[in-house]
Amino acid sequence: MLELRNITKRFGDVLANDHVNIKVKPGTIHSIVGENGAGKSTAMRIAYGFYTPDSGEILVDGEVREIRTPHDAIALGIGMVHQHFMLVEPMTVAENIVLGAEPGTTAALDLNKAASEIRALSDEFKLAVDPHATIETLSVGQQQRVELLKALYRHARILILDEPTAVLTPQEVEEFFAILRRMREQGKTVVIITHKLSEVLAISDEVTVMRDGRVVGELKTSDTNAAELARLMVGRDVLLRVEKPEAKAGETVLRVQNMVVAVADGTRRVNDVSFEVRAGEIVGVAGVEGNGQTELIESLAGLTAQSRVSGKVDFAGRDITNMSARDRKELGIAHVPEDRHRRGLLLDFDLAENSILGIHYRQPAVTGLGGILLDEKGIERRARQVIKDFDVRPPNPDLPARALSGGNQQKLIIGREFELNPKLLLVSQPTRGVDIGAIEFIHRKLVALRDAGCAVLLVSAELEEVTALADRLLVIYHGQIVGEVDPKQTSNEEIGLLMTGGKKQ
Amino acid sequence: MRDLFNIGLLLSTIRLATPLILAALGGLYSERSGVINIALEGLMLAGAFTAASVTHYLQNPWAGLIAAICAGVLIASIHAIACIRFKADQVVTGTAINILMIGLPPFISGALFLSTGSTPQIPVNKLIPWTPVVIAFLLVFVTWYVLYKTPFGLRLRAVGENPGAADAAGISVTKIRYAGVLLSGALAGIGGAYLSIGQSSLFTRNMTSGRGFIALAALIFGKWRPVQTMLACLLFGFTDAIAIQLQGVRYGGEEIPNQFIQIIPYLLTIIVLAGFIGTSRAPRALGQPYEKER
Amino acid sequence: MKHLRELLFPLIAVIAAFVVGGIFVLAIGDSPIKAYSELIGNAFAWPDGIGYTLFNATPLIFTGLAVAVAFRCGLLNIGAEGQLYVAAFATAWVSMKFGGVVVDVFGQKVSYSWMTLPAVILVPLAIFAAIFAGAFWGAIPGFLKARFGSHEVINTIMLNFIAVALCSYFTQYHYKVPGDPIMQSAPIGESAHIAHLGKFIPGLPERIPVNLAFILALIACALVYVFLWKTKWGYEIRATGANPSAAEYGGISVRKQIVLAMAVSGGLAGMVGINEVLGYHHRYYDGFSDNYGFTGIAVALLGRNHPVGVLLAAILFAILLRGGIFVDAFTDHVSKDIVQILQALVILFVAAGARYRGSLNVFGLLKRSKV
Repeated sequence: MLELRNITKRFGDVLANDHVNIKVKPGTIHSIVGENGAGKSTAMRIAYGFYTPDSGEILVDGEVREIRTPHDAIALGIGMVHQHFMLVEPMTVAENIVLGAEPGTTAALDLNKAASEIRALSDEFKLAVDPHATIETLSVGQQQRVELLKALYRHARILILDEPTAVLTPQEVEEFFAILRRMREQGKTVVIITHKLSEVLAISDEVTVMRDGRVVGELKTSDTNAAELARLMVGRDVLLRVEKPEAKAGETVLRVQNMVVAVADGTRRVNDVSFEVRAGEIVGVAGVEGNGQTELIESLAGLTAQSRVSGKVDFAGRDITNMSARDRKELGIAHVPEDRHRRGLLLDFDLAENSILGIHYRQPAVTGLGGILLDEKGIERRARQVIKDFDVRPPNPDLPARALSGGNQQKLIIGREFELNPKLLLVSQPTRGVDIGAIEFIHRKLVALRDAGCAVLLVSAELEEVTALADRLLVIYHGQIVGEVDPKQTSNEEIGLLMTGGKKQ
Repeated sequence: MRDLFNIGLLLSTIRLATPLILAALGGLYSERSGVINIALEGLMLAGAFTAASVTHYLQNPWAGLIAAICAGVLIASIHAIACIRFKADQVVTGTAINILMIGLPPFISGALFLSTGSTPQIPVNKLIPWTPVVIAFLLVFVTWYVLYKTPFGLRLRAVGENPGAADAAGISVTKIRYAGVLLSGALAGIGGAYLSIGQSSLFTRNMTSGRGFIALAALIFGKWRPVQTMLACLLFGFTDAIAIQLQGVRYGGEEIPNQFIQIIPYLLTIIVLAGFIGTSRAPRALGQPYEKER
Repeated sequence: MKHLRELLFPLIAVIAAFVVGGIFVLAIGDSPIKAYSELIGNAFAWPDGIGYTLFNATPLIFTGLAVAVAFRCGLLNIGAEGQLYVAAFATAWVSMKFGGVVVDVFGQKVSYSWMTLPAVILVPLAIFAAIFAGAFWGAIPGFLKARFGSHEVINTIMLNFIAVALCSYFTQYHYKVPGDPIMQSAPIGESAHIAHLGKFIPGLPERIPVNLAFILALIACALVYVFLWKTKWGYEIRATGANPSAAEYGGISVRKQIVLAMAVSGGLAGMVGINEVLGYHHRYYDGFSDNYGFTGIAVALLGRNHPVGVLLAAILFAILLRGGIFVDAFTDHVSKDIVQILQALVILFVAAGARYRGSLNVFGLLKRSKV
């Protein structure tokens, strides 16, 4: 049906796809699994004509086909639902669906005809979508169904779905899988890109495992299990071992009471959350991404330009609920943000200038004229210190941050924050997109900071990471803390259940 | 005060609003596709100069009008290529075109007519004082229809809001944007032509004197929608007409300063943009060159 | 070597503009070599060529710096034109109100003044008025962006027209000498005049209007450099321009930086008033600006938003401005409008070429050029 043969694609220095071969059989649900950056999305975007491969060929129905643009792919009956929906928000469902394949003539768009066709399709697959609704007013789950309709409307026979469940609630996932099964019954072929093994096992007929841009396994789902898939995915024992002594938790450093974070449209991203973090312990926050972790950490760091915070936050006995980010930093709260390119770094500034972001207004960054002038020597000293202590390579303070690899950029940020000797560290996705060597280094540093008496609040989308590092684990779901567990006493399955809104047994 | 509001004022409002409507509709096509067009001023100048020159040579205003459209498209293509092909900053490019069109018409005029100040006078019977007015108001409804009732309009709006989504749907973002910008050149060109071979009978240096910017203001004031934009143009045309009527008129012994009436459109735009009168939301992708995410 | 590379790209843009401009000249039947030698050749003669070039460069340095500072904060200030008008009017107003008895256009001795201040007080006061008024007018779009999120480009365009209209209103209805046919204010007090450089430089005749404002412009270049790269405020402005989210993370108030950058930018643009009013016209003269504010965009872009680059680019455009007069007079067909055309072409080439230097936008053009 759909076959990728020897596909290779390079982005700059990164080999995203290295002689990838994937064969999808007609009328099946086929999963492609792998960690972030394994090359699954790239391969499928090539199949959809979003990227052109450097070499290799694509076969549809056994014939080699040239797919240069999404337009070509659509003509061959391939549809794709992207991880970030490709919808025009102020327009209606019908307008979005017909976009690019409009019914009627050049001079007159026939939206009524479109609406009735859409309604028919919607009924056929039990999607319950109103063609006249505006996208902005729909829930995420409904928007996803609009995306499905878009592909179906174009008579797609092969549907590629990129991380389709990342944004869905567990109930929505169930409904969604039911829809996919109906599609398979109707003879459609479905390709799902995911990194959630439970879903692979639940829904698919066949599975392709990718790692570091290569295909490392092709299996029938019925012949495999989660452990085998996981081993193939990460290529090593999944157990992430962090050597750490028992925590000696001291006084309460951070006390959060009934915290609510609401964004511009009034949605409560963090909803009535209360917890404590004590000196010398790492408190982990586990949860499916997008359940309020970002807003929780950013609000605690004082980054509230886009939101409103209520409730009460105490730090070392002081009420800091309405304190600015700078004042919080002054009190000893450091923050490693989840997205280093968006938040953490000034990519065009050099390492020296990046090493003082957040303390650029005080010693050691300034000197003279009452602390107005920047102290270039002091800044360089600080940069060299961070570079040395955190093994940032290449060790040149004059390089722009952009020139560093992801791992070294992350070490620079972590070094900058650790160098502040914080009493509380807020850290989000500390090892995302970072190589194995750097991951271990960062983990050791985090434990060392804890042992030095710092309170650490850790958010990570990698369950393995939080369970390995955390002394106590909070589970967040839909902006609420739905449970606190001891990571040593609790299985990942139990935590996973809580993360997806299930109840603790 | 009563005799101020008469048929004359109405006609003068319509005549003054016409070039604004044409340019603003042009701006609408460009901005709805996601390309900021502050070059409307320059595009109008291109149209105005070309219309006057060609009409003078051929003694045919229709040829002048068509030439003005071509000139507008030609100059707009510079904006389009710079913004779409080279992904240059759209505001900077627009500014460059405005500066270019301050210089280019007198430069050519100096060579052709030995006068950098103006082109030769065109006889009154070779002018088209009303046709562009009719075109302008017709185009408001044509634009409305195109925007909301044709596949092209749907694509144009989609590209301006979310080019990634349009691309994923198999639409060429580049082609749609070129179409939007070039259409803006054509329409602003007609607007300019109206100034030189409709309202007056020659081209003078910088004769648009800010009308391109007022048109832009009207587009924002009209929330990037055709009918509202036309209403904004009529409002601004009306303030202009009032300003002209009040010139030299004394009211209670005091002359009413023209300048206060002139600034009304600009003040209103600032107020609207700040969100005091409803919200005026620009197309979401306005100003951003389209780049496929990696 | 590094500095040479920095120069290369703007140089290519200028050469490309001249080549295309040359084609235009050829097209209307003149010789580009003749036109360009008239345009540039007269700039280097002493004292007139150099003196007038520096005089013409003065406002462009100010507006170029103004645009550059805003650029560094990620803002496009196309309102320098309005800011400099407001500032020129303010400085003229202060110099009238505190300048004592003057001789008006009809040769009459008159006084518009509340009190007479000596030069040592009045000149600094008038300079302050220019900077303050420009900064105020610049801060308005900054505030509107910070508070309401409305785009500074549109607001600065609108404020340009409002500025011109207001200054013209005050001139026409309140500060014009009755009966004067020209739209200009009454003269400013003599103690507010600032000296032409000819007074200090042997061989430079005093009739050449290059004045102390040029020295102020050089000082402004140095101060802007120190401000942007050597102070914590500059760090905050540049961080905001480079990545507002990261700046916020670094405890920097993005809104405050936007207002600050626009105010500094407006203040710099306002300093044009010092050159034009205190140093040259000695009155507010309606429409005095030869598009200095817009040329400032070209100057800043070509000068890669760096004070040294701005200085060089301002001198280049000043040469062209003055050269235009010779082109008008001594070529058959080419008019001084070639200057505007070249300016526009330079902007187009710099803007279109920006991407092809591997940077993401024009703001990134100058990314970190540490001199």
